[in-house]
Amino acid sequence: MLPAAAIAWKYVLAGTPEQSPNYTTDEHWWSMLIDIPKCIGCGNCVRACQAENDVPDGNFRTWVERYHVDDWKMENPEVISPDGGKEGFPAATDESGKYFFVPKMCNHCADSPCTQVCPVGATFITPDGVVLVDQTYCLGCAYCVQACPYGCRYIHPTKKVADKCTLCYHRITKGLTTACCESCPTGARQLADLKNPNDPIHEFLKTHEVQILKPQMATGAKVFYNELDGSVR
Amino acid sequence: MINLKDTGHLFRFALLFVIAFVVFLIIRHFVVPKSFGEYGHYRGAAITEIAARPIHFAGHEACEACHIDVLDVKKTGKHAGVHCEACHGPLADHANDPSIVPAKLDTAVLCVRCHAASAAKPKGFPQVAAADHSNGLPCETCHQPHSPGLVPATAPGGAK
Amino acid sequence: MSGVNGFMYPNEVALQWSVLIVLYPYITGLVAGAFILASLVRIFHVEAVRPTYRLALLTALAFLIVAPLPLQLHLGHPERSPEMYFTPHSTSAMAMFGFVYLWYLMAVLVFEIWLDYRQEIVLLSQSTTGWRRLLYRLMTLGSNNISERSLAIDERVGWFVTLVGIPSAFILHGYVGFIFGSIKANPWWNSPLMPVVFIFSAMVSGIAAVMLLYMLTTKLRKVAIDMQCVDTIAMYLFYIFILDFSLEMLDLIHRVYEADESFRSLNFMVHTRLYFSQIVLQIFLGTLAPILLLGITQVTKLAPAIRKRIYVVAGCLVQVGIFAMRWNVVIGGQLFSKSFLGYTTYKMTLITREGLFVAIALTILPLIILWVLLRLLPPWPHPPLPAVAPAD
Repeated sequence: MLPAAAIAWKYVLAGTPEQSPNYTTDEHWWSMLIDIPKCIGCGNCVRACQAENDVPDGNFRTWVERYHVDDWKMENPEVISPDGGKEGFPAATDESGKYFFVPKMCNHCADSPCTQVCPVGATFITPDGVVLVDQTYCLGCAYCVQACPYGCRYIHPTKKVADKCTLCYHRITKGLTTACCESCPTGARQLADLKNPNDPIHEFLKTHEVQILKPQMATGAKVFYNELDGSVR
Repeated sequence: MINLKDTGHLFRFALLFVIAFVVFLIIRHFVVPKSFGEYGHYRGAAITEIAARPIHFAGHEACEACHIDVLDVKKTGKHAGVHCEACHGPLADHANDPSIVPAKLDTAVLCVRCHAASAAKPKGFPQVAAADHSNGLPCETCHQPHSPGLVPATAPGGAK
Repeated sequence: MSGVNGFMYPNEVALQWSVLIVLYPYITGLVAGAFILASLVRIFHVEAVRPTYRLALLTALAFLIVAPLPLQLHLGHPERSPEMYFTPHSTSAMAMFGFVYLWYLMAVLVFEIWLDYRQEIVLLSQSTTGWRRLLYRLMTLGSNNISERSLAIDERVGWFVTLVGIPSAFILHGYVGFIFGSIKANPWWNSPLMPVVFIFSAMVSGIAAVMLLYMLTTKLRKVAIDMQCVDTIAMYLFYIFILDFSLEMLDLIHRVYEADESFRSLNFMVHTRLYFSQIVLQIFLGTLAPILLLGITQVTKLAPAIRKRIYVVAGCLVQVGIFAMRWNVVIGGQLFSKSFLGYTTYKMTLITREGLFVAIALTILPLIILWVLLRLLPPWPHPPLPAVAPAD
């Protein structure tokens, strides 16, 4: 009896991935949970995403930021993200204040400003809650890049179209998890399906203090952060 | 009755618009992709195209289907929650064709990525200053990566 | 990271919208402003500026023809731009562009110019030879009716077109302001005042541009300048500029007073990266200096020669100032991080598709097109054309 992923893999090899059974878009509403206390800033997720999705150097579908908050100065954190955290971070030596890592990515917003402003309908949210870019239709006007409050979009340097995290749509529709979640050694990143009543995220949301980035933007962001500090921008 | 004499030129100008509009509608019929609007204001076929992109990470379930012995070692140790490809990198090619041998890992680079000591890392996370810790010896001298816990000298046998 | 101070989200470091996107609102602003000057004659019966009526329309047309070019050169895939016509996304302000542009070009500007010039076009189609004859014949659309009644009908319809043209001009340029003003992610842009400020600064730049072109063309044609015309234009320019300046100051004062989370970062940006273009070029040289100069001509009695020189200097400073305003909005909005923790720099290239040389060429191109239009459709009063004139 092979696991679902292996079944799906057979269809991929056969060149007909869309016929892989067990996936109906209406049954899913994808999101992600990022557990801040667990992130160690190793950069595995950034490297894995690049390997899985051919992300060009200098652009990032996901990246990690390191915050250093000195005492009560929440409005002036020191933030670094050397090459997006791809090769990890230099060792911090200043023991004062507190440090933490914040992985960031597309929030796959339910009310996304990026899909609102696209002039031609090249970026959209799928029925299962993933914001995607149709790169054969995109004009490369970069209006969506300007409209995203989180800085998660960019214009691909050679394809000249908008690009961003796809929540590894080509994987999650086959029962696999995203590349970043697969390679995270501490389980700080977890893919979650909000429509699945058995998904552990429901219990997690009930028992933990969870935030989204920039809630004042009312984007309906679906990436949830556990113990996100108030200093995070 | 509106006297339409002497307004012929205006109708000719308006005709330009009518012709242009009709031409536009005809072109539009042929140019707009067929699946556009299927699920929303976008090309519906894009969903399946994006879902068909190539996979590079096989996922730990694919590894565990064959490497049961490693799984047995791993599941009782500290790295039980660390998926295979977190260290071994993307191996879908190998899962597809096991004759493709993955590259050997260099622990000097690999282990340090997570375990190098830093004031920034969570306090409870195992971290060491590599230079002080092992005097230049490679990590696997004392730690088996699949179950890295050190075996205490007095314990009978242990995970290996 | 070169050019970065502080922290920027990794994808924010390189600017997406270049000098060409600065140029686009500047050009459509000139179009809208020139049209408003023309409407002063048609709708508001300011007869003093009639000598610039046709010139203003042709100027608007010349710039409007060039307007889509900076956008096309900026797009990653310009060959896909017809998608905006075939599948426009109704929630996107940018999707309006194609339709508003076509409407304004054909149903307002070309229509109005055609109606106003129709008599000359028909006469020229009979009096010229060669390719010119063919061109004018095409422009008549096959109708040679220039009876008094038909011309009177043209006059009525033209009046109506101008009336519709005023809100159309506001939409043509105002929607650009809305494209910026409606982006909640960017606090430098996000403001309901943005479309209004764009429109008023457009009027200032367009009116000043037509004034300069009028003065230039009269000088090149070696004819006497109509001082009352120029004085009236300068007066309107002065008062509209006061309104524009007041709106911009309102925005500034509001920001400084409210001092929301973005303020410290934006304030720092204005004092450092944006200092020269915002404080020196836009505010002092581009706004306060021309307002002062024009104000002097309004309250004192100066000799015509001095007034002319002041108008030229003020008009040129206005162009610098309004271009700087567009620069400060577009480029300024991308120089700071949305984390409010850092700044980047704009590395304007020289010879690439979106570089400085292309921007300069696109600024000169409308003047060349205008020159051609002035030859084809001369705006200046002719001696009455005979029914069949000798070959040109």
